[in-house]
Amino acid sequence: MGVADKRVFTVVNHRVDKIDALALACGTAQFTDDVDIRGLLVGRILFSPYAHARIKSIDTRAAKKVPGVLAVLTHEDLPRVRHTTAGQGYPEPSPYDTLVLSEKARYVGDRIAAVAAETAEAAEEALSKIKVDYEVLPAVFDTMAAMKDGAPVIHDEEDSKNIPDVQHNICAKFDFEVKENEWFSEADIVIDQWYKTQWAQHCALEPHIAITYFDGDGRLVIRTSTQVPFHCRRITARVLQLPLKSIRVIKPRIGGGFGSKQEVLLEPVCAALTLATRRPVKLEFSRKETFISSRTRHPFVLRLKTGAKKDGTITDAHMEVYCDNGAYGAHSLTVMMCSGSHTLPMYQAKNSRFIGRSVYTNLPVGGAYRGFGATQGFFAWESQMDMMAEGLGLDPIEFRRKNYIRSGEGSPVFKAMGEGREGIEQKIGSCGMDACIDKGMEAFGWRERKKRNAKQTGVKRRGLGCACLMQGSGIPEVDMAAASIKMNEDGSFNLHMGATDLGTGSDTVLAQIAAEVLGISVKDIIVLSSDTDLTPFDVGAYASSTTFISGNAVKKAALHAREQILKVAARILDEDPEDVDLKDGKAVGKSGRSCSLSEVANTAFYYHDQHQIMGVASHTATSSPPPFAAHFTEVEVDTETGQVEVLSYVSTVDCGTAINPTLAEGQNDGAVLNGLSYALTEEMRFNAAGAMVNSSFRNYKIYSAGDAPPFQTILIPTYEPDGPFGAKSVSEIGINGPQPAIANAIYDAVGVRLFAPPFTPEKVLAALQATKKKRVPTSGR
Amino acid sequence: MAKTKGRGVLKAVDGVIAITVNINGRDQALKVVSGEYLLDTLRREGYKGVKKGCDNGDCGTCTVLLDGRPVLACMMFAAQAHGRRVLTIEGLGTPDRPHPIQQAFVESGAVQCGFCIPGMVLATKALLDENPDPDEPAARRALDGNLCRCTGYVKQIEAVLLAAKRIKASPGGK
Repeated sequence: MGVADKRVFTVVNHRVDKIDALALACGTAQFTDDVDIRGLLVGRILFSPYAHARIKSIDTRAAKKVPGVLAVLTHEDLPRVRHTTAGQGYPEPSPYDTLVLSEKARYVGDRIAAVAAETAEAAEEALSKIKVDYEVLPAVFDTMAAMKDGAPVIHDEEDSKNIPDVQHNICAKFDFEVKENEWFSEADIVIDQWYKTQWAQHCALEPHIAITYFDGDGRLVIRTSTQVPFHCRRITARVLQLPLKSIRVIKPRIGGGFGSKQEVLLEPVCAALTLATRRPVKLEFSRKETFISSRTRHPFVLRLKTGAKKDGTITDAHMEVYCDNGAYGAHSLTVMMCSGSHTLPMYQAKNSRFIGRSVYTNLPVGGAYRGFGATQGFFAWESQMDMMAEGLGLDPIEFRRKNYIRSGEGSPVFKAMGEGREGIEQKIGSCGMDACIDKGMEAFGWRERKKRNAKQTGVKRRGLGCACLMQGSGIPEVDMAAASIKMNEDGSFNLHMGATDLGTGSDTVLAQIAAEVLGISVKDIIVLSSDTDLTPFDVGAYASSTTFISGNAVKKAALHAREQILKVAARILDEDPEDVDLKDGKAVGKSGRSCSLSEVANTAFYYHDQHQIMGVASHTATSSPPPFAAHFTEVEVDTETGQVEVLSYVSTVDCGTAINPTLAEGQNDGAVLNGLSYALTEEMRFNAAGAMVNSSFRNYKIYSAGDAPPFQTILIPTYEPDGPFGAKSVSEIGINGPQPAIANAIYDAVGVRLFAPPFTPEKVLAALQATKKKRVPTSGR
Repeated sequence: MAKTKGRGVLKAVDGVIAITVNINGRDQALKVVSGEYLLDTLRREGYKGVKKGCDNGDCGTCTVLLDGRPVLACMMFAAQAHGRRVLTIEGLGTPDRPHPIQQAFVESGAVQCGFCIPGMVLATKALLDENPDPDEPAARRALDGNLCRCTGYVKQIEAVLLAAKRIKASPGGK
C-alpha cells in the first residue's frame, strides 16, 4: 500500500497541538485589528432607520464640513454595480440585487452612506449631519404575506438580475419531483405538518472588520476578517470597477465566522473610502451592527407531508419550504435547496418532492450560517420522524434505522439538487450511522433512562429525544482548492494555501496531511493561508469543504513534492526512488541507509541537477461524502413554569478519519452548543417597524459556560474512500441536531409538540395549557 | 511600584489626563482623554491581546486583571486604573515562555479561533490565584463571563483543571 492510501498514520489521526494555539493563548497572534497603521482613518456607515423607504435626496454638505472628515459617500458617488454580497463561486447563484451603498432603504440597518474621518467622534458627528429625505413605503415582515398579490415590492428597481418573480418578492425558486407511484397510494399513514424556524445570528466573537490601504506600489490592500479571500477580491474588484490585479486581500487570524464572513460586506465600502481619501481606513461593525447589518440564519416556514407503510417503510416525502431572505437575496437559492438536498436523501422515499421559494421581506438579510438550510430542514424532518414512528407504533430509533441511506446507495436527490444548480450522481462511500446510533445509545444510556422515566409523577417530567443527521463535504464540481509546498534547506517546508482557517484549525489539519505524506512533524511546516498575492486559489472556508477538498489538494501537492524528494534522495543513497521512504524527517533507503531532508534540499539547491523542490496541486471533487451523526438528549420540563432543562446530551459523529481528533471534537462541541442555545433561547426579535430589539449579547442569549448543559461528543471512525486519508467533513453537522432532539424530548416528557423554536418557557407553558384545555372539558367554566 | 499606592487627585488639562499605570510589572506614564476606556488605551499602547468583542461589558474578551481581580477593560475608564496594577495577557507568558495556564489551554485543545482566549486565560489566572484546587463547577463559574462561540467550553474547562493540576505539582505551586 502506497503512502497515498495508508491506513496507519504517524501524524494524521493524532492529537497534534493546534499550530497557532500558543500564539493565540499568549495574545501575540494578529487578528485584522492587531496591527498599527499610521494615518489610519475611522470609517463609519449610516444605516437606514426605516424598513422600506425611497430615498428622495441625500444632502452631505454639512457632514463634509465637519472638521476631520475626509470623505462622505453615498450611492451617487459609487459605480452602480448590482451584485450579491454572497461570497460564492463564480457565477454566484444568488440574485444581483445589491449596491454597496443603497439607493433605497429595504430594511432597518440597510447601508445608506459611509464616512471616513480622523477620529471616531468626527465620523459620528458627520453621520448625524447627513440629511436623507426618505419617502416611507409600506413594508412587509411576514414570509408568506410577502409572496401575495399586492404586497409591497421590495426590489422594484430595473437593474437587478436573476430575481425569478419581482412582483411577488421571490428571489429564488426550485422545484423537484421523483415519483414511482401515485402520491400517498402506498402509505398506511400520512402526516402533514407545518414548521417555522427563527431568525438567528452567528455571533462570532470578533465582529466584522476590514482595513484597506494603498501599498508602496499603489496597489489596494484589503486586510480583512473573511472566510473567502479570493471571492472578496473578485467581488470588490467588480463592484468598484478596479482591475482585479490591483487588489491584494490578506486574511490574518480570524475570530470565528460560522458563515457570516462568507459575505463581502465591509470590504467594498472600506475600499471605496480609501479610494476617496487615498488614506488607510478601518471599518468595523459594532456588536449591534453585527447583529442587524451583517447576516443572519434564514428563518424558514416548512411543510412536510410524509407517508409510511405499517412495516416502517417511508413511501412519500413532500417537502415545501419558504425561506425568508430579508431585504437581499444572499445565498437565497443555495440555503433553500440545501434544506432539501441534505435531508431528502437521508430517508429513501420512493416519491419525493421539493418545492422551494426564497422570499424578500423588509428585515435583515439571510446568509450562510453553519448548517446552511440543513439545520432548518432537519428540525422538520427529525420531528416528523418521531411523529410517524408514533403513528405507526414503532420505536423512533428503529424506524430511523430501517430507512436511512446506506453505504453503496445513491439517491435521485443527489443528481437533481446541487447547490444552486443540478447536483451530481453519487453513491454513499462510508456510512457509520449504525455505529453512531449504537455507540450513542450506549454512552447516553438510552434504555436505562427510558426505563427510569417510565413511571413519573410530579411537576417536573423527564423525556428523551433523538435525531439522526447528515450533511455534505464541499460542493462537488464547483469548489476548487489549490496548494503549494516548497522545501527549504533545513528540511522545513512552506505550505501555502488559499484554504481559509477562520479559527477552525484547518491550518493544523492541512499541515498534518502534508506532514503525513512527507514523513515529518507539523513543526517543520510553515503554513501561510491566505493571501491572494502569495497563496494559490481556494474558494474559501464554507460548505464543510476545507478538510475534504483543500485537504485533497494539500495531499496531492505533498505527494508531488515527495516524488521530487525521493528522486534526489535516491541519488544520494544510490538506490531506486521506489525503494526510498520518508520517515522521521529522513529519507531511508532499502539498505537501511538514510539521509536527512536537509541534505536532500541542499543537494537540490547547490549540487546536482539544481532545482527548487516544490509541489503544486489543485483539487475538485466529484462527490460530497456526507458525514453522519446521531444525537440523544434527556430534558426535564417544569410543567408549572414551562422551563426546559437539558440534563444530558450525547452526539456521535462519523467524519471518516478524524485528521485531528481533538479539533474534530472541538468542532462538534461548538456546533452542538450553538444548536442548543438556538433551540432554547436564541432569536432575533423585531418591533412593529421592523427594527431588531435585542441586538446585544445581554438580550440575545448565546450560551455561556454556566448555561451549557453536560454534553459529550463521540467520534465514530470510518474511512471515506474519496477523502484525504479517509476524512470527511465535521464542522456543520452538529448544529442540526439539538432543535429536533429537544423537541422530541419535550414531547416525550409532557406530550406537547412544539413546531416553532426557540422552546421558551412561554411557548412550552402555552402548549401545555392548550393541551389541558383540550383534555378537560371547559363547559361550565 | 510606589505609584500603586496613594493615587492622589487626577486633573484634566485640556481634556487630557496624565496617569501612571503599572502594566505587566512596569510603571507606565500615559496620557488619556477624559472618558477614554481602558480597553482603548491598552490597545493603543500595543497590548493587542486585549480584545474588543462587544464594547458593552457582555462578552469578556477584554478581560484584564486589575490588582489581581478580573475586570472588563471596556467598562472602566483608563483614569480609574491610575496607580493600580494591570495584567494583560502579554504579561502572563510569551510563546517562548508560556505560563502553565496558556500551555494547558493549548494542550487541551481549548483554543479554536482564539479571540476569547486571552480573557479566559486571565479569568483562569484569577481563579487559580484564589482557589488553587477548583472543582469542575468552580472552573465553569470562573469562565462564565467569557463568551466563546467555537468550543462549547468543554475543552476550556478541561484546560482550567489541567492548569490547576500542573501549577499545584510544580515547585512553589506557582
